[in-house]
Amino acid sequence: MTPKRPDPDELLNKIQQEEAKQQRGCLKIFFGSCAGVGKTFAMLLAANAQRSQGIEVVVGVVETHGRSETAQLLAALEVLPPKLMNYRGKQLPEFDLDGALARKPSLILIDELAHSNVTGSRHLKRWQDVEELLTAGIHVYTTVNVQHLESLNDIVGQITGVRVWETLPDHVFEKADEVTLVDITPDELLQRLKEGKVYLPQQAQQAIQNFFRKGNLIALRELALRRTADRVDAQMRDYRADQAIQPIWQAKERLMVCLGPGAEGEQLVRSAARLAAGLRADWLVVYVETPALQRLPTQQRDQILTTLKLAQELGAETVSLSGTELADTLLSYARSRNVTKWVVGKSRRSWFAKLLRPSLMDELANRSQDIDVYIVIHTQTPATLSPPVQPRSFEFAENSAPPLQGYILAIVAGIGITFIAASLNRFLDAINVIMLYLLVVVGVTVQFGRSAGILASILSVILFDFFFVPPQLSLTIADTQYLFTFAVMLAVSLIISHLTASLRYQARVASYRERRTSALYALSKELSSALTVVQIIEISCEHLQGVFQAQIALLLPDSHEKVRQPLTDPPTQSLDSWVDIGIAQWVYDNQQPAGLGTHTLPANPGLYLPLRAPMRTRGVLAMVPTNLHQVFQPEQQRLLDTFAAQIALALERVHYVDIAQDVLVSMEAERLRNSVLAAISHDLRTPLTAIVGLSSTLNSHPELPIATRQELTETLYEEALRINSLVINLLDMARLQSGGLKLNLQWQFFEEVVGSTLRSSARLLAKHEIVTQLPSDLPLLLFDAILIERVLGNLLENAAKYTPPGSRITLAAQVKDTEFQCSVSDNGPGFPLGMEEKVFDKFTRGEKQPSQAGVGLGLAICRAIIEAHGGKITAKNNQPAGAKLTFTLPLRESPPLPAMESSDDSS
Amino acid sequence: MTLPEDCPHILIIEDEKPIGRFLTTALQAEHLRVFTAETGRQGLIEASTRQPDLLIIDLGLPDCEGIDVIREIRAWSNIPILVLSARTQEQEKVQALNAGADDYLTKPFGVAELLARIRAHLRRQQAAVTLTEPEIHFGEIKVDLALRSVTRHGQVVHLTPIEYRLLLVLIRYAGKVLTHRQLLTAVWGPNYSDRSHYLRIYMGHLRQKLEQNPAQPCHLLTETGVGYRLILE
Repeated sequence: MTPKRPDPDELLNKIQQEEAKQQRGCLKIFFGSCAGVGKTFAMLLAANAQRSQGIEVVVGVVETHGRSETAQLLAALEVLPPKLMNYRGKQLPEFDLDGALARKPSLILIDELAHSNVTGSRHLKRWQDVEELLTAGIHVYTTVNVQHLESLNDIVGQITGVRVWETLPDHVFEKADEVTLVDITPDELLQRLKEGKVYLPQQAQQAIQNFFRKGNLIALRELALRRTADRVDAQMRDYRADQAIQPIWQAKERLMVCLGPGAEGEQLVRSAARLAAGLRADWLVVYVETPALQRLPTQQRDQILTTLKLAQELGAETVSLSGTELADTLLSYARSRNVTKWVVGKSRRSWFAKLLRPSLMDELANRSQDIDVYIVIHTQTPATLSPPVQPRSFEFAENSAPPLQGYILAIVAGIGITFIAASLNRFLDAINVIMLYLLVVVGVTVQFGRSAGILASILSVILFDFFFVPPQLSLTIADTQYLFTFAVMLAVSLIISHLTASLRYQARVASYRERRTSALYALSKELSSALTVVQIIEISCEHLQGVFQAQIALLLPDSHEKVRQPLTDPPTQSLDSWVDIGIAQWVYDNQQPAGLGTHTLPANPGLYLPLRAPMRTRGVLAMVPTNLHQVFQPEQQRLLDTFAAQIALALERVHYVDIAQDVLVSMEAERLRNSVLAAISHDLRTPLTAIVGLSSTLNSHPELPIATRQELTETLYEEALRINSLVINLLDMARLQSGGLKLNLQWQFFEEVVGSTLRSSARLLAKHEIVTQLPSDLPLLLFDAILIERVLGNLLENAAKYTPPGSRITLAAQVKDTEFQCSVSDNGPGFPLGMEEKVFDKFTRGEKQPSQAGVGLGLAICRAIIEAHGGKITAKNNQPAGAKLTFTLPLRESPPLPAMESSDDSS
Repeated sequence: MTLPEDCPHILIIEDEKPIGRFLTTALQAEHLRVFTAETGRQGLIEASTRQPDLLIIDLGLPDCEGIDVIREIRAWSNIPILVLSARTQEQEKVQALNAGADDYLTKPFGVAELLARIRAHLRRQQAAVTLTEPEIHFGEIKVDLALRSVTRHGQVVHLTPIEYRLLLVLIRYAGKVLTHRQLLTAVWGPNYSDRSHYLRIYMGHLRQKLEQNPAQPCHLLTETGVGYRLILE
């Protein structure tokens, strides 16, 4: 056999893991069989050794339990002050995670990794705190007792009779960089206990009698040693895989656990976890929701959810399927996932029940040819702290009892059909009467469900006996043959009612499923047509609100990676007060869900999910459910995840559409820039050519008559001014477009600006008649005087440029409604048809005559300035002739005016 | 070309050679004695040694800020200072005027305008020495400083105390550009220097009362974004 090369993907994966590891802090676990073996002591010793090597060590949490040796070791180290948490009016000290992250030592000591945090802390469990510390690159030393390991929890419970609440998921233990076993013999431990080195003498005596029995200690020690040995073995195998020492690359095992209702599920999951760990296999936990199981009481269904969650924590992939036949569904799913081993619980049904119908165990064993079946025996675990599961309710119980009217109508229908049958008695045989009753049973079951159907079945038999079986009007029967008839009739009607109810139930399940699918379909359809982020938010909120009966908010990151709630239209929807930005930011940064029903801040009423898209996280979905079941059912959870993924994808799509659009815009801008350059170079070159020509003529022909020289210099001057006005326009446009324009808004008199404009444009307007129509009571206006002067100057010069000399230019202003209007009109030729709006575009000119100076920037500048002021500018042709340009400025409340002064003579 | 000894002396501080040259030529043609400096430091030395009657300074100098030069000269001299600046530098103009400059010209400018300003400032400088005239005339307006009365075509014009005070400030610095801040401080006091709309309202009143066409004033001129100026002639 040739040695097989390691799978390149797997190697790459490994390298990536190593890289990630280098940035992460290292986790070292001091592992012991039970309290008192000296874990904390060993940890402190190691920490002191590190400190003496110059490594910065800080104690996060260490419990000395009053042990003096431990306290001595602790004295030499810096201790992080605990955070006081308010819990039911009491101040409880708790590890200060944020303080530790801010302090950022290179090594931190955290005792008791399995500890559960005080309610209100960020994480439920201390190991999650440690996870965050490791991610921040801080090394962590910690301690764990074997009984706290999740997968061993029940075994330890069986051995010692004490079940602990605080457990540590096995994956945390598996992923630890180092595990040091702190071990002493049971005798030594008992000796220490007697000497009072573990507990105070009184407690010690109690402890020896209960937990610290020698048998227990031996068993615990064995478990701890074994667990450590397993780890060493796994390391060995990893090492071999790394070095490709031995080509053991067998096909990966895959376990599948079939979960049923009931408390034994937890035990089943734990056994499977141990088995999977031993086999180093992937494992799935599958729950099949059959119609029968859907009728279970809520509490029992919750139990299943809890078990699924436990499985997830232990590292399983959890799946919930739905189907009518348990075995069929399981088999087809197992085939699709290449499962190699089943794990099922041993059936507790009686031999009689098994006779009627083979157990799941047998059925799977019979029908799965190539899959091994492991059967896990249920044992009654002592002192189990989980809430007792209610005895299984009556087989036919509905989720909700049918309304009373169902029963009443069942009776009414029974009696009604009796009357009909009685009136038709002459034409009907007894057998046909039975048929009529069966019809009633079917009808009642379809309408009102199983219980009403059963009532109708029994009632039918009684009524049939009473009214139609001789002797009539009595329950006694003459012919014993009828006993058989009754039995069959009852059986048939019960079976019919059962089948009908099942069908009805499946139809309901199907319709739920259908509703979910169509909700998803509707969402994806609408999302696929959304073009903007705002649309996506609106669509998502609308759909999610409907499906999950919850308040929904989407939070998106801004350019600084800080999530915030974007403003939507209408703005009333924005900034919901229940949204906790802090949690949302954590979710966005860590890409982990948080809030209600998660491990992080579970006390918060809201659930926060990261919106993960293929490239990156695009935002956070926040929801406050009004009905918890609507959100935490497995199907709904899957639906929610799918929704979140869809929304994230849509956000990502819009993001890339934006980028594509930007590219398009910049291409457009490039094209425009080229045409601008062409236009500018033409308009600059013309007057420059004139200037160069004129000045060189003057230079080389001193003999020219004085009148000619005068004329030439005059032209020279004009051309220079033309270049000046072009340069001014270009600079203004550049300034307006660069976005660097800051309006210097001041309260101004419009009349004043008109005056200064007319004065500065006097030369260009000299050949025209200027009329101003300004009412004397114009209010103060808030604008940038220099820019508005520019607008007026451009409008007036434009009017002068496009009208023959001697034309009249009228500048009029008025207040109309809530705005100020100013118009510049002339009696010249007006705009060419259809050009009214285009005149405001850059590089557009009314007439295609290059002889008219200016690249057509003037009106574009006017528009930019007016729009920056919140006004509008429009152009139209005047009646009867000429052009009219009108701009508006918003009116605002006037500023405080100077106190009134008597206008008396000043003398 | 020989110049009479008592002709006015003009100092030009300008680093752009073509502009300096054309200024020199144009002023010499008007029988003015011209000294030039290309840096701020050189300009300060020239100003103290040549004792010019008027200073023309470009705000953008290679070695220092034009405004600093203005401040330094204003510390010991009250000769008229004319500032040359680009179009978009309104803020710099205001700063220069607040620092003590008298007037400004926006580039590019014509020689005719430059000469008109120079003459006006030289005349004002001479007149300031003998400002004891009891009466001021501009357009149809006569202001009698002794009687504190203002008449238009011989008709008495009623001014409020603030309007009259504003007019007096403008008259005292006639021809000079006064910034909003300078006017507000002079008329209302230093606490009002940011309420330029007060000033606009009163300027509006003055124009209504004293100008023939308030929309196209001839005497009470607006220097947009900078301030006001009273032209007497």
